[in-house]
Amino acid sequence: MKAIGTVFKYGDNIDTDVIIPARCLNITDRRELASHCMEDIDRTFVKRVHPGDLVVGGFNFGCGSSREHAPMVIKENGVSCVIAKTFARIFYRNAINIGLPILECPKASDSIQDGDEVEVDFDTGIIRNVTRGETYTAAPFPPFIKEIIDANGLLNAIRKKGQQS
Amino acid sequence: MGMTMSQKILAKKAGLAHVEPGQLINADVDLVLGNDITTPVAIDELEKYGFEHVFSKTGIAIVLDHFVPNKDIKAAQLSKRCRDFAAKHGIVHFYDVGRMGIEHALLPEQGLVAPGELIVGADSHTCTYGALGAFSTGFGSTDMAAAMATGKCWFKVPAAIRFELSGKPQEWVSGKDVILHIIGMIGVDGALYQSMEFGGEGLRHLSMDDRLTMANMAIEAGGKNGVFEVDEVTRAYIQGRVNRAYEAFMPDDDAAYARVIEIDLSSIRPTVAFPHLPENTRPVDKAGDVRIDQVVIGSCTNGRIGDLAAAARLMSGKKVADSVRCIVIPGTQQIYREAIRAGYIDTFLDAGCAVSTPTCGPCLGGYMGILAEGERCVATTNRNFVGRMGHVKSEVYLASPAVAAASAIRGKIADPASI
Repeated sequence: MKAIGTVFKYGDNIDTDVIIPARCLNITDRRELASHCMEDIDRTFVKRVHPGDLVVGGFNFGCGSSREHAPMVIKENGVSCVIAKTFARIFYRNAINIGLPILECPKASDSIQDGDEVEVDFDTGIIRNVTRGETYTAAPFPPFIKEIIDANGLLNAIRKKGQQS
Repeated sequence: MGMTMSQKILAKKAGLAHVEPGQLINADVDLVLGNDITTPVAIDELEKYGFEHVFSKTGIAIVLDHFVPNKDIKAAQLSKRCRDFAAKHGIVHFYDVGRMGIEHALLPEQGLVAPGELIVGADSHTCTYGALGAFSTGFGSTDMAAAMATGKCWFKVPAAIRFELSGKPQEWVSGKDVILHIIGMIGVDGALYQSMEFGGEGLRHLSMDDRLTMANMAIEAGGKNGVFEVDEVTRAYIQGRVNRAYEAFMPDDDAAYARVIEIDLSSIRPTVAFPHLPENTRPVDKAGDVRIDQVVIGSCTNGRIGDLAAAARLMSGKKVADSVRCIVIPGTQQIYREAIRAGYIDTFLDAGCAVSTPTCGPCLGGYMGILAEGERCVATTNRNFVGRMGHVKSEVYLASPAVAAASAIRGKIADPASI
Protein backbone atom coordinates (compact mmCIF):
# COMPACT_ATOMS: atom_id res chain seq x y z
CA MET A 1 0.00 0.00 0.00
CA LYS A 2 1.31 3.43 -0.92
CA ALA A 3 0.36 7.02 -0.23
CA ILE A 4 1.35 10.13 -2.14
CA GLY A 5 0.50 13.72 -1.46
CA THR A 6 1.46 17.18 -0.30
CA VAL A 7 2.84 17.71 3.20
CA PHE A 8 1.32 19.94 5.86
CA LYS A 9 4.15 20.54 8.31
CA TYR A 10 3.67 21.50 11.95
CA GLY A 11 5.98 21.76 14.97
CA ASP A 12 6.56 19.95 18.27
CA ASN A 13 3.86 19.06 20.84
CA ILE A 14 0.89 19.38 18.47
CA ASP A 15 -1.80 18.65 21.07
CA THR A 16 -5.23 17.15 20.68
CA ASP A 17 -6.86 20.46 21.64
CA VAL A 18 -5.49 22.09 18.48
CA ILE A 19 -6.14 19.01 16.33
CA ILE A 20 -9.79 19.12 17.41
CA PRO A 21 -10.86 21.61 20.12
CA ALA A 22 -12.97 20.26 22.99
CA ARG A 23 -15.68 22.83 22.23
CA CYS A 24 -16.42 20.73 19.12
CA LEU A 25 -16.67 17.38 20.90
CA ASN A 26 -20.44 17.58 21.17
CA ILE A 27 -20.60 17.19 17.37
CA THR A 28 -21.35 13.62 16.27
CA ASP A 29 -21.45 14.14 12.50
CA ARG A 30 -17.95 13.18 11.36
CA ARG A 31 -17.85 15.52 8.34
CA GLU A 32 -18.91 18.48 10.45
CA LEU A 33 -16.44 17.54 13.19
CA ALA A 34 -13.65 17.18 10.62
CA SER A 35 -14.29 20.72 9.32
CA HIS A 36 -12.79 22.04 12.61
CA CYS A 37 -9.54 20.05 12.34
CA MET A 38 -6.46 22.19 13.17
CA GLU A 39 -8.51 25.41 13.13
CA ASP A 40 -6.84 26.92 16.21
CA ILE A 41 -3.37 26.85 14.62
CA ASP A 42 -4.16 26.69 10.91
CA ARG A 43 -7.52 28.03 9.75
CA THR A 44 -6.82 27.10 6.14
CA PHE A 45 -5.89 23.44 6.67
CA VAL A 46 -9.32 21.98 5.94
CA LYS A 47 -9.70 24.17 2.85
CA ARG A 48 -6.31 23.23 1.40
CA VAL A 49 -6.01 19.55 2.28
CA HIS A 50 -6.67 16.93 -0.42
CA PRO A 51 -7.16 13.17 -0.14
CA GLY A 52 -3.75 11.49 0.11
CA ASP A 53 -1.97 14.48 1.66
CA LEU A 54 0.33 13.95 4.63
CA VAL A 55 0.81 15.64 7.99
CA VAL A 56 4.33 15.90 9.42
CA GLY A 57 5.02 16.91 13.01
CA GLY A 58 7.96 17.03 15.40
CA PHE A 59 8.23 15.59 18.90
CA ASN A 60 5.23 14.35 20.94
CA PHE A 61 2.58 14.67 18.21
CA GLY A 62 -0.96 14.23 19.57
CA CYS A 63 -0.19 14.95 23.21
CA GLY A 64 -2.99 15.71 25.65
CA SER A 65 -6.46 14.24 25.67
CA SER A 66 -7.39 10.64 24.88
CA ARG A 67 -10.03 11.83 22.40
CA GLU A 68 -10.12 9.46 19.44
CA HIS A 69 -11.80 12.32 17.61
CA ALA A 70 -8.25 13.64 16.95
CA PRO A 71 -6.93 10.89 14.63
CA MET A 72 -10.53 10.48 13.39
CA VAL A 73 -10.75 14.05 11.99
CA ILE A 74 -7.28 13.82 10.46
CA LYS A 75 -8.35 10.61 8.68
CA GLU A 76 -11.75 12.08 7.75
CA ASN A 77 -9.95 14.93 5.96
CA GLY A 78 -8.32 12.35 3.70
CA VAL A 79 -4.85 12.48 5.25
CA SER A 80 -3.05 9.28 4.23
CA CYS A 81 -0.31 9.26 6.85
CA VAL A 82 1.12 11.21 9.79
CA ILE A 83 4.89 11.27 10.22
CA ALA A 84 6.54 12.59 13.39
CA LYS A 85 9.68 12.25 15.48
CA THR A 86 7.61 10.81 18.34
CA PHE A 87 3.91 10.42 19.08
CA ALA A 88 2.10 10.76 22.39
CA ARG A 89 1.19 7.20 23.34
CA ILE A 90 -2.60 7.44 23.44
CA PHE A 91 -2.69 9.16 20.03
CA TYR A 92 -0.42 6.39 18.71
CA ARG A 93 -2.78 3.65 19.97
CA ASN A 94 -5.85 5.48 18.72
CA ALA A 95 -4.44 6.02 15.23
CA ILE A 96 -3.59 2.34 14.86
CA ASN A 97 -6.92 1.25 16.32
CA ILE A 98 -8.88 3.28 13.74
CA GLY A 99 -6.56 2.52 10.82
CA LEU A 100 -4.75 5.86 10.34
CA PRO A 101 -1.18 4.96 9.33
CA ILE A 102 1.46 6.77 11.40
CA LEU A 103 5.21 6.54 11.19
CA GLU A 104 7.96 7.61 13.56
CA CYS A 105 10.92 8.95 11.57
CA PRO A 106 13.04 11.77 13.03
CA LYS A 107 15.06 12.23 9.81
CA ALA A 108 11.91 12.63 7.70
CA SER A 109 10.47 15.04 10.26
CA ASP A 110 13.63 17.18 10.12
CA SER A 111 14.09 17.13 6.34
CA ILE A 112 10.57 17.36 4.94
CA GLN A 113 9.29 20.92 4.48
CA ASP A 114 5.77 22.26 4.26
CA GLY A 115 4.41 21.76 0.73
CA ASP A 116 6.83 18.96 -0.28
CA GLU A 117 5.48 16.08 -2.38
CA VAL A 118 6.07 12.88 -0.44
CA GLU A 119 5.41 9.21 -1.19
CA VAL A 120 5.19 6.55 1.53
CA ASP A 121 5.37 2.79 1.06
CA PHE A 122 3.75 1.28 4.15
CA ASP A 123 5.03 -2.22 3.40
CA THR A 124 8.67 -1.19 3.45
CA GLY A 125 8.51 1.93 5.65
CA ILE A 126 10.32 3.87 2.91
CA ILE A 127 9.44 7.57 2.68
CA ARG A 128 10.41 9.24 -0.62
CA ASN A 129 10.58 13.03 -0.81
CA VAL A 130 9.75 13.68 -4.47
CA THR A 131 10.36 17.45 -4.18
CA ARG A 132 13.88 17.11 -2.71
CA GLY A 133 14.90 13.77 -4.17
CA GLU A 134 15.57 12.31 -0.72
CA THR A 135 14.65 8.99 0.89
CA TYR A 136 14.13 8.21 4.58
CA THR A 137 13.34 4.91 6.28
CA ALA A 138 10.89 4.50 9.15
CA ALA A 139 10.91 1.51 11.47
CA PRO A 140 8.27 -0.97 10.29
CA PHE A 141 5.35 -1.82 12.57
CA PRO A 142 5.88 -4.77 14.94
CA PRO A 143 3.85 -7.87 13.83
CA PHE A 144 1.30 -7.46 16.66
CA ILE A 145 0.42 -3.95 15.49
CA LYS A 146 0.61 -4.86 11.79
CA GLU A 147 -2.05 -7.48 12.50
CA ILE A 148 -4.41 -4.73 13.74
CA ILE A 149 -3.67 -2.51 10.74
CA ASP A 150 -4.07 -5.38 8.27
CA ALA A 151 -7.44 -6.22 9.84
CA ASN A 152 -8.43 -2.54 9.30
CA GLY A 153 -8.73 -1.78 13.02
CA LEU A 154 -8.73 -3.34 16.47
CA LEU A 155 -12.32 -4.55 16.63
CA ASN A 156 -12.03 -6.31 13.29
CA ALA A 157 -8.85 -7.97 14.51
CA ILE A 158 -10.67 -9.20 17.63
CA ARG A 159 -13.60 -10.40 15.54
CA LYS A 160 -11.27 -12.32 13.21
CA LYS A 161 -9.45 -13.96 16.09
CA GLY A 162 -12.70 -14.83 17.84
CA GLN A 163 -13.99 -16.55 14.72
CA GLN A 164 -10.77 -18.51 14.32
CA SER A 165 -10.70 -19.82 17.88
CA MET B 1 16.47 -8.78 37.11
CA GLY B 2 13.73 -7.50 39.44
CA MET B 3 10.59 -5.71 38.39
CA THR B 4 9.10 -2.25 38.95
CA MET B 5 5.61 -1.79 40.41
CA SER B 6 4.15 -1.39 36.91
CA GLN B 7 5.88 -4.51 35.61
CA LYS B 8 4.59 -6.54 38.56
CA ILE B 9 0.97 -5.49 38.10
CA LEU B 10 1.06 -6.05 34.35
CA ALA B 11 2.75 -9.46 34.76
CA LYS B 12 0.12 -10.56 37.26
CA LYS B 13 -2.78 -9.43 35.05
CA ALA B 14 -1.25 -11.07 31.98
CA GLY B 15 -0.79 -14.33 33.90
CA LEU B 16 2.99 -14.21 33.45
CA ALA B 17 5.77 -14.66 36.02
CA HIS B 18 7.87 -11.90 34.52
CA VAL B 19 7.54 -9.13 31.93
CA GLU B 20 10.20 -6.90 30.40
CA PRO B 21 9.96 -3.32 29.11
CA GLY B 22 8.98 -3.36 25.43
CA GLN B 23 7.15 -6.68 25.71
CA LEU B 24 3.67 -6.75 24.15
CA ILE B 25 1.10 -8.41 26.39
CA ASN B 26 -2.63 -9.00 26.55
CA ALA B 27 -3.90 -8.48 30.11
CA ASP B 28 -7.16 -8.82 32.05
CA VAL B 29 -8.50 -5.46 33.22
CA ASP B 30 -10.31 -4.88 36.51
CA LEU B 31 -12.23 -1.79 35.43
CA VAL B 32 -13.03 -0.06 32.13
CA LEU B 33 -14.00 3.62 32.35
CA GLY B 34 -15.66 6.00 29.93
CA ASN B 35 -17.28 9.44 30.02
CA ASP B 36 -19.99 11.30 28.11
CA ILE B 37 -17.59 12.30 25.30
CA THR B 38 -15.66 9.09 24.75
CA THR B 39 -18.29 6.43 25.52
CA PRO B 40 -20.67 7.29 22.61
CA VAL B 41 -17.82 6.73 20.13
CA ALA B 42 -17.11 3.37 21.80
CA ILE B 43 -20.81 2.41 21.60
CA ASP B 44 -20.79 3.28 17.87
CA GLU B 45 -17.81 0.96 17.37
CA LEU B 46 -19.40 -1.92 19.31
CA GLU B 47 -22.56 -1.62 17.23
CA LYS B 48 -20.69 -1.25 13.96
CA TYR B 49 -18.81 -4.51 14.52
CA GLY B 50 -21.77 -6.38 15.98
CA PHE B 51 -20.64 -6.89 19.58
CA GLU B 52 -23.84 -7.42 21.55
CA HIS B 53 -22.55 -8.17 25.04
CA VAL B 54 -20.20 -6.59 27.56
CA PHE B 55 -17.72 -8.68 29.55
CA SER B 56 -19.06 -7.63 32.95
CA LYS B 57 -21.82 -5.45 34.40
CA THR B 58 -19.62 -4.49 37.36
CA GLY B 59 -16.34 -4.13 35.49
CA ILE B 60 -17.41 -1.03 33.58
CA ALA B 61 -17.87 2.50 34.93
CA ILE B 62 -19.58 5.19 32.85
CA VAL B 63 -19.49 8.69 34.31
CA LEU B 64 -21.27 11.64 32.71
CA ASP B 65 -19.06 14.56 33.69
CA HIS B 66 -17.65 16.55 30.76
CA PHE B 67 -20.71 18.40 29.46
CA VAL B 68 -23.22 17.79 32.28
CA PRO B 69 -25.64 19.09 33.39
CA ASN B 70 -25.93 19.17 29.61
CA LYS B 71 -24.68 22.37 28.06
CA ASP B 72 -26.66 22.06 24.82
CA ILE B 73 -28.79 19.72 22.73
CA LYS B 74 -25.81 17.94 21.19
CA ALA B 75 -24.34 17.24 24.64
CA ALA B 76 -27.74 16.02 25.80
CA GLN B 77 -27.80 13.54 22.91
CA LEU B 78 -24.38 12.21 23.95
CA SER B 79 -25.52 11.75 27.56
CA LYS B 80 -28.69 10.01 26.41
CA ARG B 81 -26.67 7.60 24.29
CA CYS B 82 -24.59 6.65 27.38
CA ARG B 83 -27.69 6.40 29.60
CA ASP B 84 -29.51 4.10 27.16
CA PHE B 85 -26.43 1.89 26.75
CA ALA B 86 -25.96 1.61 30.54
CA ALA B 87 -29.60 0.67 31.01
CA LYS B 88 -29.54 -1.88 28.19
CA HIS B 89 -26.49 -3.67 29.58
CA GLY B 90 -27.28 -3.21 33.28
CA ILE B 91 -24.05 -1.30 33.93
CA VAL B 92 -23.84 -1.09 37.74
CA HIS B 93 -21.39 1.81 38.01
CA PHE B 94 -23.26 4.34 35.90
CA TYR B 95 -23.18 7.85 37.35
CA ASP B 96 -25.66 10.47 36.16
CA VAL B 97 -26.40 14.06 37.21
CA GLY B 98 -27.10 14.34 40.94
CA ARG B 99 -25.03 11.26 41.75
CA MET B 100 -22.01 11.83 39.55
CA GLY B 101 -18.70 13.49 40.17
CA ILE B 102 -15.69 14.25 38.02
CA GLU B 103 -14.68 10.70 37.12
CA HIS B 104 -11.17 10.70 38.61
CA ALA B 105 -12.37 12.26 41.86
CA LEU B 106 -15.37 9.92 41.97
CA LEU B 107 -13.92 6.44 41.35
CA PRO B 108 -11.37 6.40 44.21
CA GLU B 109 -13.93 8.00 46.54
CA GLN B 110 -16.46 5.27 45.73
CA GLY B 111 -13.94 2.49 46.35
CA LEU B 112 -13.86 1.38 42.71
CA VAL B 113 -10.07 1.47 42.70
CA ALA B 114 -7.73 -0.67 44.84
CA PRO B 115 -3.97 -1.22 44.97
CA GLY B 116 -2.63 -3.69 42.43
CA GLU B 117 -5.62 -3.38 40.12
CA LEU B 118 -5.44 -2.72 36.37
CA ILE B 119 -7.71 0.10 35.30
CA VAL B 120 -8.14 1.47 31.79
CA GLY B 121 -10.22 4.44 30.76
CA ALA B 122 -11.18 6.42 27.70
CA ASP B 123 -9.92 9.59 29.32
CA SER B 124 -6.28 10.59 29.41
CA HIS B 125 -6.36 11.38 33.14
CA THR B 126 -7.23 7.79 34.01
CA CYS B 127 -3.61 7.65 35.20
CA THR B 128 -4.88 9.29 38.43
CA TYR B 129 -5.51 5.94 40.17
CA GLY B 130 -1.82 5.13 40.35
CA ALA B 131 -1.98 7.23 43.53
CA LEU B 132 -3.48 4.13 45.18
CA GLY B 133 -0.84 1.75 43.85
CA ALA B 134 -2.92 0.63 40.87
CA PHE B 135 -1.73 0.49 37.25
CA SER B 136 -4.09 2.81 35.43
CA THR B 137 -3.81 4.43 32.05
CA GLY B 138 -5.83 6.29 29.45
CA PHE B 139 -6.71 5.07 26.00
CA GLY B 140 -9.22 5.83 23.26
CA SER B 141 -12.78 4.89 22.43
CA THR B 142 -11.95 1.92 20.19
CA ASP B 143 -9.79 0.51 22.97
CA MET B 144 -12.68 1.10 25.37
CA ALA B 145 -15.03 -0.77 23.04
CA ALA B 146 -12.61 -3.70 22.81
CA ALA B 147 -12.10 -3.77 26.59
CA MET B 148 -15.86 -3.60 27.25
CA ALA B 149 -16.41 -6.52 24.87
CA THR B 150 -13.52 -8.73 26.00
CA GLY B 151 -12.32 -7.56 29.45
CA LYS B 152 -8.84 -7.46 27.99
CA CYS B 153 -6.45 -4.87 26.64
CA TRP B 154 -3.09 -4.96 24.86
CA PHE B 155 -0.13 -3.17 26.42
CA LYS B 156 3.48 -2.56 25.63
CA VAL B 157 5.21 -2.95 29.00
CA PRO B 158 6.74 0.44 29.82
CA ALA B 159 10.18 1.22 31.17
CA ALA B 160 10.04 3.35 34.32
CA ILE B 161 11.43 6.53 35.81
CA ARG B 162 11.82 6.24 39.59
CA PHE B 163 11.19 9.45 41.55
CA GLU B 164 12.88 9.16 44.94
CA LEU B 165 11.15 11.68 47.19
CA SER B 166 12.80 13.08 50.32
CA GLY B 167 12.21 16.01 52.67
CA LYS B 168 9.04 17.73 53.77
CA PRO B 169 7.20 20.27 51.60
CA GLN B 170 7.14 23.93 52.70
CA GLU B 171 3.90 25.49 53.87
CA TRP B 172 1.50 26.09 50.92
CA VAL B 173 3.36 23.60 48.74
CA SER B 174 1.08 20.79 47.57
CA GLY B 175 1.16 17.80 45.24
CA LYS B 176 0.30 20.20 42.39
CA ASP B 177 3.48 22.19 42.95
CA VAL B 178 5.53 18.99 43.10
CA ILE B 179 4.17 17.59 39.84
CA LEU B 180 4.42 20.97 38.03
CA HIS B 181 8.02 21.20 39.26
CA ILE B 182 8.71 17.70 37.90
CA ILE B 183 7.07 18.43 34.51
CA GLY B 184 9.10 21.65 34.32
CA MET B 185 12.22 19.57 34.96
CA ILE B 186 11.64 16.68 32.51
CA GLY B 187 9.34 18.33 29.92
CA VAL B 188 5.97 17.43 28.42
CA ASP B 189 7.49 14.36 26.74
CA GLY B 190 10.02 13.62 29.48
CA ALA B 191 8.28 10.38 30.42
CA LEU B 192 6.95 9.48 26.96
CA TYR B 193 5.88 5.80 26.79
CA GLN B 194 7.21 5.36 30.37
CA SER B 195 5.91 4.83 33.90
CA MET B 196 6.52 7.42 36.57
CA GLU B 197 7.02 5.58 39.87
CA PHE B 198 7.02 7.49 43.13
CA GLY B 199 8.52 6.36 46.43
CA GLY B 200 10.98 7.32 49.13
CA GLU B 201 10.81 8.65 52.66
CA GLY B 202 9.25 11.95 51.54
CA LEU B 203 6.12 10.09 50.50
CA ARG B 204 4.69 10.14 54.03
CA HIS B 205 4.35 13.93 53.83
CA LEU B 206 2.05 13.70 50.81
CA SER B 207 -1.67 13.24 51.49
CA MET B 208 -3.83 11.04 49.27
CA ASP B 209 -5.21 14.19 47.64
CA ASP B 210 -1.63 15.31 46.87
CA ARG B 211 -0.83 11.92 45.35
CA LEU B 212 -4.01 11.83 43.25
CA THR B 213 -3.06 15.25 41.84
CA MET B 214 0.45 14.08 41.01
CA ALA B 215 -0.57 10.79 39.38
CA ASN B 216 -3.29 12.69 37.49
CA MET B 217 -0.68 14.81 35.71
CA ALA B 218 1.70 11.97 34.76
CA ILE B 219 0.13 12.22 31.29
CA GLU B 220 1.26 15.88 31.08
CA ALA B 221 4.85 14.56 31.11
CA GLY B 222 3.88 12.06 28.41
CA GLY B 223 3.78 9.24 31.00
CA LYS B 224 1.84 6.05 30.43
CA ASN B 225 1.03 5.88 34.12
CA GLY B 226 2.09 7.31 37.46
CA VAL B 227 2.16 4.93 40.40
CA PHE B 228 2.85 5.38 44.11
CA GLU B 229 4.11 2.90 46.67
CA VAL B 230 1.33 1.78 49.01
CA ASP B 231 1.80 2.92 52.62
CA GLU B 232 -0.20 3.81 55.74
CA VAL B 233 -1.68 6.88 54.01
CA THR B 234 -3.03 4.65 51.22
CA ARG B 235 -4.40 2.07 53.63
CA ALA B 236 -6.12 4.75 55.73
CA TYR B 237 -7.74 6.14 52.56
CA ILE B 238 -9.14 2.85 51.28
CA GLN B 239 -10.30 1.74 54.74
CA GLY B 240 -14.08 1.65 54.57
CA ARG B 241 -14.10 2.28 50.80
CA VAL B 242 -12.59 -0.95 49.43
CA ASN B 243 -14.01 -4.14 50.90
CA ARG B 244 -12.49 -6.66 48.47
CA ALA B 245 -9.11 -8.34 48.71
CA TYR B 246 -6.27 -6.48 47.06
CA GLU B 247 -2.55 -6.86 46.60
CA ALA B 248 -0.01 -4.07 47.06
CA PHE B 249 3.04 -4.46 44.82
CA MET B 250 6.32 -2.94 45.95
CA PRO B 251 9.21 -2.56 43.49
CA ASP B 252 12.04 -5.07 43.74
CA ASP B 253 15.32 -3.73 45.13
CA ASP B 254 17.02 -4.67 41.89
CA ALA B 255 14.30 -3.31 39.59
CA ALA B 256 15.77 -1.62 36.52
CA TYR B 257 14.85 2.02 35.82
CA ALA B 258 15.43 4.13 32.73
CA ARG B 259 16.27 6.99 35.12
CA VAL B 260 16.23 7.66 38.84
CA ILE B 261 15.43 11.26 39.78
CA GLU B 262 15.81 12.51 43.34
CA ILE B 263 13.33 15.14 44.45
CA ASP B 264 13.86 17.10 47.66
CA LEU B 265 10.31 18.17 48.50
CA SER B 266 11.57 20.85 50.90
CA SER B 267 13.25 22.73 48.03
CA ILE B 268 10.09 23.14 45.94
CA ARG B 269 8.31 26.50 45.88
CA PRO B 270 4.66 27.12 44.93
CA THR B 271 4.89 26.66 41.16
CA VAL B 272 2.98 28.08 38.18
CA ALA B 273 2.95 26.75 34.59
CA PHE B 274 2.77 29.62 32.10
CA PRO B 275 1.03 29.38 28.70
CA HIS B 276 0.93 27.28 26.58
CA LEU B 277 2.55 24.11 27.92
CA PRO B 278 2.56 22.53 31.40
CA GLU B 279 6.40 22.45 31.21
CA ASN B 280 6.68 26.27 31.18
CA THR B 281 6.99 26.42 34.96
CA ARG B 282 8.26 29.15 37.24
CA PRO B 283 8.32 29.44 41.02
CA VAL B 284 5.58 31.86 42.05
CA ASP B 285 8.33 34.21 43.28
CA LYS B 286 9.39 34.72 39.66
CA ALA B 287 5.89 35.00 38.16
CA GLY B 288 6.16 38.78 37.79
CA ASP B 289 3.13 41.04 37.52
CA VAL B 290 0.50 38.93 35.74
CA ARG B 291 -2.98 40.49 35.98
CA ILE B 292 -5.81 37.96 35.71
CA ASP B 293 -9.51 37.94 34.80
CA GLN B 294 -10.63 34.54 36.08
CA VAL B 295 -9.74 31.81 38.55
CA VAL B 296 -10.98 28.22 38.36
CA ILE B 297 -10.61 25.98 41.42
CA GLY B 298 -11.69 22.41 40.68
CA SER B 299 -11.21 19.64 38.05
CA CYS B 300 -10.02 16.02 38.24
CA THR B 301 -6.64 17.44 39.20
CA ASN B 302 -7.65 19.65 42.13
CA GLY B 303 -11.35 19.40 43.00
CA ARG B 304 -10.96 17.31 46.17
CA ILE B 305 -11.74 18.27 49.74
CA GLY B 306 -8.10 19.01 50.62
CA ASP B 307 -7.96 21.37 47.65
CA LEU B 308 -11.10 23.23 48.70
CA ALA B 309 -9.81 23.37 52.29
CA ALA B 310 -6.58 25.05 51.20
CA ALA B 311 -8.46 27.60 49.08
CA ALA B 312 -11.02 28.29 51.83
CA ARG B 313 -8.29 28.81 54.42
CA LEU B 314 -6.88 31.66 52.33
CA MET B 315 -10.24 33.13 51.33
CA SER B 316 -11.69 33.21 54.82
CA GLY B 317 -12.67 36.82 55.57
CA LYS B 318 -11.24 37.98 52.23
CA LYS B 319 -12.84 39.11 48.96
CA VAL B 320 -12.15 38.10 45.39
CA ALA B 321 -10.65 41.12 43.57
CA ASP B 322 -13.25 43.21 41.70
CA SER B 323 -11.62 42.45 38.36
CA VAL B 324 -11.72 38.66 38.85
CA ARG B 325 -14.42 35.99 38.39
CA CYS B 326 -13.64 33.07 40.68
CA ILE B 327 -15.37 29.74 39.92
CA VAL B 328 -15.18 26.91 42.45
CA ILE B 329 -16.21 23.38 41.39
CA PRO B 330 -16.25 20.60 44.00
CA GLY B 331 -15.22 17.30 42.36
CA THR B 332 -18.10 15.11 43.56
CA GLN B 333 -21.45 15.31 45.33
CA GLN B 334 -19.79 13.96 48.50
CA ILE B 335 -17.00 16.54 48.35
CA TYR B 336 -19.63 19.25 47.77
CA ARG B 337 -21.55 18.19 50.89
CA GLU B 338 -18.35 17.90 52.94
CA ALA B 339 -17.37 21.41 51.84
CA ILE B 340 -20.78 22.73 52.88
CA ARG B 341 -20.50 21.10 56.31
CA ALA B 342 -16.97 22.37 56.83
CA GLY B 343 -18.14 25.91 56.00
CA TYR B 344 -15.92 26.21 52.90
CA ILE B 345 -18.84 26.93 50.59
CA ASP B 346 -19.98 29.81 52.85
CA THR B 347 -16.44 31.13 52.78
CA PHE B 348 -16.38 31.00 48.98
CA LEU B 349 -19.80 32.66 48.66
CA ASP B 350 -18.84 35.37 51.17
CA ALA B 351 -15.68 36.03 49.17
CA GLY B 352 -17.70 36.46 45.97
CA CYS B 353 -17.02 33.14 44.23
CA ALA B 354 -19.44 31.25 41.99
CA VAL B 355 -19.85 27.64 43.18
CA SER B 356 -20.97 24.97 40.72
CA THR B 357 -22.21 21.39 40.73
CA PRO B 358 -19.43 18.95 39.67
CA THR B 359 -18.43 19.21 36.00
CA CYS B 360 -15.28 19.16 33.87
CA GLY B 361 -16.80 22.21 32.10
CA PRO B 362 -14.21 25.00 31.99
CA CYS B 363 -11.05 22.85 32.14
CA LEU B 364 -11.43 21.76 28.53
CA GLY B 365 -13.20 24.89 27.31
CA GLY B 366 -16.58 23.18 27.28
CA TYR B 367 -18.68 25.68 29.22
CA MET B 368 -18.99 27.24 32.71
CA GLY B 369 -16.14 29.72 32.40
CA ILE B 370 -15.01 30.20 28.80
CA LEU B 371 -12.39 32.92 28.28
CA ALA B 372 -12.67 35.84 25.86
CA GLU B 373 -9.86 37.08 23.61
CA GLY B 374 -6.90 38.31 25.63
CA GLU B 375 -8.21 37.10 29.00
CA ARG B 376 -6.03 35.31 31.53
CA CYS B 377 -7.04 32.61 33.99
CA VAL B 378 -5.25 30.96 36.89
CA ALA B 379 -6.64 27.43 36.99
CA THR B 380 -6.03 24.39 39.17
CA THR B 381 -6.62 22.26 36.08
CA ASN B 382 -4.06 20.25 34.09
CA ARG B 383 -3.59 21.74 30.64
CA ASN B 384 -2.83 25.22 29.36
CA PHE B 385 -2.66 24.49 25.63
CA VAL B 386 -3.62 27.10 23.02
CA GLY B 387 -7.40 27.61 23.15
CA ARG B 388 -7.86 25.08 25.95
CA MET B 389 -10.26 27.23 28.01
CA GLY B 390 -11.72 29.41 25.29
CA HIS B 391 -10.44 31.96 22.78
CA VAL B 392 -7.23 31.08 20.92
CA LYS B 393 -5.74 34.30 22.30
CA SER B 394 -6.67 33.60 25.93
CA GLU B 395 -4.15 32.29 28.46
CA VAL B 396 -4.26 29.64 31.19
CA TYR B 397 -1.79 29.56 34.10
CA LEU B 398 -1.74 26.24 35.96
CA ALA B 399 -1.32 26.36 39.73
CA SER B 400 -2.34 24.84 43.07
CA PRO B 401 -5.61 25.71 44.83
CA ALA B 402 -3.62 27.86 47.30
CA VAL B 403 -1.93 29.89 44.55
CA ALA B 404 -5.26 30.14 42.70
CA ALA B 405 -7.07 31.44 45.81
CA ALA B 406 -4.30 33.92 46.59
CA SER B 407 -4.37 35.10 42.98
CA ALA B 408 -8.16 35.53 43.06
CA ILE B 409 -7.83 37.80 46.09
CA ARG B 410 -4.91 39.85 44.70
CA GLY B 411 -6.17 40.04 41.10
CA LYS B 412 -2.81 38.82 39.85
CA ILE B 413 -0.66 35.72 40.26
CA ALA B 414 0.22 35.70 43.95
CA ASP B 415 2.14 33.73 46.57
CA PRO B 416 -0.25 32.26 49.19
CA ALA B 417 2.21 33.38 51.89
CA SER B 418 1.49 37.01 50.92
CA ILE B 419 -2.17 36.78 52.03
